[in-house]
Amino acid sequence: MRFSFLSLLRNAFSAHRDWPEQWRSPEPKPAYDVVIVGGGGHGLAAAYFLAAEFGIRNVAVVERGWIGGGNSGRNTTIVRSNYLLEDSEALYDHSLKIWENLSQTLNYNVMFSPRGILMLAHGHHDVQSFTRHLHANRLAGIDSEWLSPEEARAFCPGLNISKDIRYPIGGATLQRRGGVARHDAVVWGFARAASALGVDILQNCEVTGIRRGPDGAVTGLDTTRGAIATRKIGVSAAGHTSVVLEMAGLGRLPLESTPLQALVSEPLKPLISCVVMSNTIHAYISQSDKGDLVIGAGTDQYVSYSQTGGLQITAHTLDAICELFPHLRRVRMMRNWGGIVDNTVDRSPILGPTPVPGLFVNCGWGTGGFKATPGAGHLLAATIARGEAHPIAAPFGLDRFARGRLIDEAAAAAVAH
Amino acid sequence: MTGPFRTPTGGRIDRTRPIAFTFDGRRYTGFQGDTLASALLAAGVKVVGRSFKYHRPRGLVSAGSDEPNALVTVIRDAGRTTPNLVANEVELREGLVAESQNRWPSLAFDVSAVNDLLSPIFVSGFYYKTFMWPKSFWSKVFEPVIRAAAGFGRAPTAADPDGYAQRFVHCDVLVAGGGPAGLAAALAAAESGARVILCDEGPEFGGSLLAEPAATIDSAPAAQWIAATLATLAAHPRVTLLTRTCAFGYYQDNFVALLERVTDHRAAPDPALPRECLWQVRAAQVVIAAGALERPLVFPDNDRPGVMLAGAARAWVNRWGVAAGARAVVYTASDSAYAAAHDLRSAGVEIVRILDLRPDGGPATAVARAAGLTVETGAGIDRVLGSTAVTGVVTARHRADGTTAAGETLACDLVLTSAGWTPSVHLFSQSRGRLRWDAARATFLPGTPHEAARSAGACNGTASLADCLDEGFAAGAAAARDAGHGAVAARRFAATGTAIDIGGFAGEAPHGGNRDRTRAFVDLQHDVTAKDIRLAVREGFRSIEHVKRYTTTGMATDQGKTSNINALAVAAAATGTSLPAVGLTTFRRPYTPVSFGAFAGASRGDLFDPVRRTPAHARATVAGAVFEDVGQWKRALCLPAPGESEGAAVAREVRSVRATVGLFDASTLGKIEVVGPDAATFLDRFYVNALAKLPVGRCRYVVATRDDGFVYDDGIVARLAPDRFHVTTTTGGAARVHALMEDFLQTEWPDLDVWATSITERWAVMAIQGPQARAVLAPLVEGLDLAPEAFPHMSVATCTVAGIPARLFRVSFTGELGFEVNVPADHGAALWDRLAARVAGHGGTLYGTEAMHVLRAEKGYVVVGQDTDGTLTPDDVGLGWAVGRAKADFVGKAGLARPDLAGPGRRQLVGLRVEDPEVVLVEGAQITADPAPPPGTHALGHVTSAYASPNLGRGIALAVVEDGRSRIGTIVHVPMPGGSIAATVVAPVFWDEEGRRLHA
Ligand SMILES: Cc1cc2nc3c(=O)[nH]c(=O)nc-3n(C[C@H](O)[C@H](O)[C@H](O)COP(=O)(O)OP(=O)(O)OC[C@H]3O[C@@H](n4cnc5c(N)ncnc54)[C@H](O)[C@@H]3O)c2cc1C
Repeated sequence: MRFSFLSLLRNAFSAHRDWPEQWRSPEPKPAYDVVIVGGGGHGLAAAYFLAAEFGIRNVAVVERGWIGGGNSGRNTTIVRSNYLLEDSEALYDHSLKIWENLSQTLNYNVMFSPRGILMLAHGHHDVQSFTRHLHANRLAGIDSEWLSPEEARAFCPGLNISKDIRYPIGGATLQRRGGVARHDAVVWGFARAASALGVDILQNCEVTGIRRGPDGAVTGLDTTRGAIATRKIGVSAAGHTSVVLEMAGLGRLPLESTPLQALVSEPLKPLISCVVMSNTIHAYISQSDKGDLVIGAGTDQYVSYSQTGGLQITAHTLDAICELFPHLRRVRMMRNWGGIVDNTVDRSPILGPTPVPGLFVNCGWGTGGFKATPGAGHLLAATIARGEAHPIAAPFGLDRFARGRLIDEAAAAAVAH
Repeated sequence: MTGPFRTPTGGRIDRTRPIAFTFDGRRYTGFQGDTLASALLAAGVKVVGRSFKYHRPRGLVSAGSDEPNALVTVIRDAGRTTPNLVANEVELREGLVAESQNRWPSLAFDVSAVNDLLSPIFVSGFYYKTFMWPKSFWSKVFEPVIRAAAGFGRAPTAADPDGYAQRFVHCDVLVAGGGPAGLAAALAAAESGARVILCDEGPEFGGSLLAEPAATIDSAPAAQWIAATLATLAAHPRVTLLTRTCAFGYYQDNFVALLERVTDHRAAPDPALPRECLWQVRAAQVVIAAGALERPLVFPDNDRPGVMLAGAARAWVNRWGVAAGARAVVYTASDSAYAAAHDLRSAGVEIVRILDLRPDGGPATAVARAAGLTVETGAGIDRVLGSTAVTGVVTARHRADGTTAAGETLACDLVLTSAGWTPSVHLFSQSRGRLRWDAARATFLPGTPHEAARSAGACNGTASLADCLDEGFAAGAAAARDAGHGAVAARRFAATGTAIDIGGFAGEAPHGGNRDRTRAFVDLQHDVTAKDIRLAVREGFRSIEHVKRYTTTGMATDQGKTSNINALAVAAAATGTSLPAVGLTTFRRPYTPVSFGAFAGASRGDLFDPVRRTPAHARATVAGAVFEDVGQWKRALCLPAPGESEGAAVAREVRSVRATVGLFDASTLGKIEVVGPDAATFLDRFYVNALAKLPVGRCRYVVATRDDGFVYDDGIVARLAPDRFHVTTTTGGAARVHALMEDFLQTEWPDLDVWATSITERWAVMAIQGPQARAVLAPLVEGLDLAPEAFPHMSVATCTVAGIPARLFRVSFTGELGFEVNVPADHGAALWDRLAARVAGHGGTLYGTEAMHVLRAEKGYVVVGQDTDGTLTPDDVGLGWAVGRAKADFVGKAGLARPDLAGPGRRQLVGLRVEDPEVVLVEGAQITADPAPPPGTHALGHVTSAYASPNLGRGIALAVVEDGRSRIGTIVHVPMPGGSIAATVVAPVFWDEEGRRLHA
């Protein structure tokens, strides 16, 4: 049933008794053309694009828990594309362009809200680095502009641009096309649209083994809901990708998993209209449509799989928020959680074929992969469908670590999310 | 009397101390000891807030911090305005000003209440299905409207002037919760001699006992026992008692965070006191004694003001002397509500009827009947009448065949409900302890702990007062024992009091209404009804996490304290499974909301991050220095003379260093002393350079890479003795290079006998640079011949300078003859004085970091982090000569051997020369082959450094350019917003290429 105001109205008359399931929950079939491992936003998007754009509809998404239960449902939803390096610019802008029409494409309101991303520069070094970003983005045709401290405050009222704080704001870049979206809706929207095209979404279905034939190519996988035969597997299991790929004998991936925390305040009437990020003092903030201030920080320093983190990180994040917005000291934290982010050495993702025929991988998005959800899904689908990397994905292959062709956004730009 | 609903006597309030306050601009009076909630109830205020989505009028439901409806803003002044406080947690104080929230123009008349009429459309998740057309309307029209309607309170408009404190403490036993179980636990632990912290979120200890004056412990009134216990605890020097202190977060390794509210309850707080204090407690053992929360029954229109928890009504009457109404209907599935009925009746409230959902009632039923109360079993409420206040209920009769029919109408102004009690397992669950399902009592209880924690009392499912006391005492004793203290004799308590009913009923109670249309509220604050949850399940949201997210149940400020189990039960019924099969959602910190300010503590302004100043900072200040932040350091950017502009000062400083001599404070440079028999081996492996054979008395410029082979830091390694090196790093790299050294020493080469010690603050460093440097320095130096042959470029020696023991380096970051004098930090200022005087005597200058940058750029020296960005190899930036290729191994050797780190296409450091000498390129500008690059053009590289060079009389720039060295002599373009600038690629050295001045 199509979603629209009219259908909502019609269903109000029948007390909403007739809404169908948003996605089917079928029993696993014995075989699929493609199986995607991981029912996060990325995996579901890949399945959707396989069906919608590449005509491959005999597809399953296997998820060990509930879809969106990983980082897709734990992140702070910042979407932007003003990255520094050309390969990253192309990747994230590819995604941003899909975001711009995603609600209509999926017929699901994912609440993409391009309210502008303000990135604060503190001190000379930041200004230097931001200038490089601006020039790089302009050359790439990606919108980004420089704001003086006064202009930044005009764009984000309440921002403390006083010269008396420890690290005064020296200016900011603004990407107006950037913004936030509703993370759960993205997951459900892709699930619903994919399911409607025939994709089977198999929850509570953990992959426990990957089968390979005598030629080394994949032939299927073992799951907690039985064996499934397939010749193509796309692994999109975020922090657990290493674990899954080891099942195919691929050894360990160049990934480190660390907790990343976020928190929300109690709901407040609108006060922060855009997204504000400060990488130098480690905090960023936006306000959800519900009114909660959504706040995040840098990663905890220790490698871990426990989805929780230390108080010192929360404290350090909130002291930075209170520096930027001193009138928020009395506002209260309502909920705090962590997710496990999968970091590569160059802080860029891994997307492409693997040495195992039929096995494809998409992971390593670390602290910043939500924004890539539609784009990464699309590129993974294209790569699986063609059997070779999509040109935008090509630089992000697994071989780059051995070759040394790193795409080091972190070193070059030191910006997360 | 302070209101029509105040009882003539009773309660723990001080009736001799009336307190005036205002709510929504109206003046009221309460008593010392009242909360805002109890005072409003006493005054007959029924509506205290509006709900989130439908803006339904709402009244008080609970007397504790689990209250979902009564959120208020408390205002002292513009900066001291606190939104979203729970009225039960606001203690009355003289002059308190509180306002309701989420209504316009007033609580009584709220325009947004039209949402309630649209509720058939505004079901759970409706917003995912609409607002998609036209496309631009989402962020331009719909979203702003939704945003304005959502949210509760308003954030303050001015900066918060109050202070926040933090305490870091260790203890043997932390007891979270000061009810009977917690008090008994603290008593036992204290008797064993353990260091104990007992905290409770309320203003007084006693927990549930405060609402039960008739309870007795060891034959005395409970209040007496509490007082005696507190006196005993207070007398123990190792016990800390914290009221108004909530244990809100359980972190790893028994690290528990407590929030103490220090001044909010005071009429005129001492400005020296912090508003709140965040206690960060590392406890050897934790006893969780967090009690239980009463669950409301879920039935149609159960959200009307006047429908409240039975236990809450009982607390108000017994603890605060407030009878919440005149005529009450009690609707219960547990025995504990009967106690409320008795107590309210004693206070003069007419108990119209007790409707007991259980077919035969419980043990309390007969007692109530004997006392003359009317009890109907197998009955309930079909719906509630009234909108801004309850006016009556229609009863429901449950037939033997399982159907339910509407019964009679009962007029009343109060409905007390109780579905049973839910143990507060929040902290236990946060500690990652496993919960277990207790089928007998139909409840989740603490199972296997993950941390050194025990649960005692109601939070552990223990029902009677005596059992809670016994269990608390035993838990306290066991915790103290496990923390290494002596045994305490077991104790048993004799007690009388009401036992709470764990378990009971969960889910939507049976009623005769249409379940798809009537609204029986589960999550009151978020307006989530039972049918919303069923809709979610119908739409395929089966996992409880999905149900929660789709309906937002349990995600309000109360985090579902009163609603989660009911939501779970409705979902379980809809999916046809059981409660334990559905499972709980994760309990997330904090238990109750915590101010940002408490986390930030004193970390504001200058205390936000330590300010590091060099020993000569004050001297530079006197000399007129303009400072810049470099990491935590304050560094002199330039030192303008009075009236001189910064630009002019920099130009003068640069010229003066080349012409005569300059003095520069280089104390911020990172310094590491590397000592030990294997020190040379270690450094030889750590840096790319060959260092094993560095002679004593010599220095070498070094480059560090990480495993990846990219430039990470640079500096000087100086050999003071065969087994002792003085290593310098960049200012920003000091800590991370030291950490990397430790990393390798501890994990890769533990066999090496080496110590690496940070000595950055140990030494003040003054650089004397320029043709006159030797002349300035030599007369101050004793024990060393500075002649070029005796002390050539890249030498190091110990000597005395101006009578101060020194490590003297002959090094240069300017391209001029230069020395760096290291003296113990305490002597830094004195050395500065002597050198500054001599420099002035030679017509020289003091110079800052900006001049230093220009000088080094003229000479083509790179600044790591400016000319490099973590993606360039030593060879890329022209430092390939530094790499000891013959070495067996070094950090980064394998990385550098990867194919893409060599060969064509690498970006290489070059100089850029623009025809027009006035043009200074912009750092960060991109470089292209095309003079008019269309969007998406590949950049060959970017400008890394650009300055106006006073010595060359023109702009100079360094850049990294693809295959840059082979492009020397060719033209590239620097696209700027106003058009491209053409530049010639040149070698990156603009000054004294042969290095004659360096070796002078
Ligand atoms: C606190 C936090 C804040 C963040 N903020 C932002 C932000 O503001 N902007 C941004 O762009 N990004 C952000 N991120 C990063 C972003 O959330 C992730 O990069 C992105 O959501 C990853 O999506 P995914 O679909 O790849 O992974 P996930 O959503 O984690 O999905 C992976 C799925 O794989 C499943 N799985 C694992 N193993 C198996 C198996 N053996 N069998 C079957 N299934 C398996 C998991 O259960 C999981 O559901 C943040 C992350 C966190 C934790």
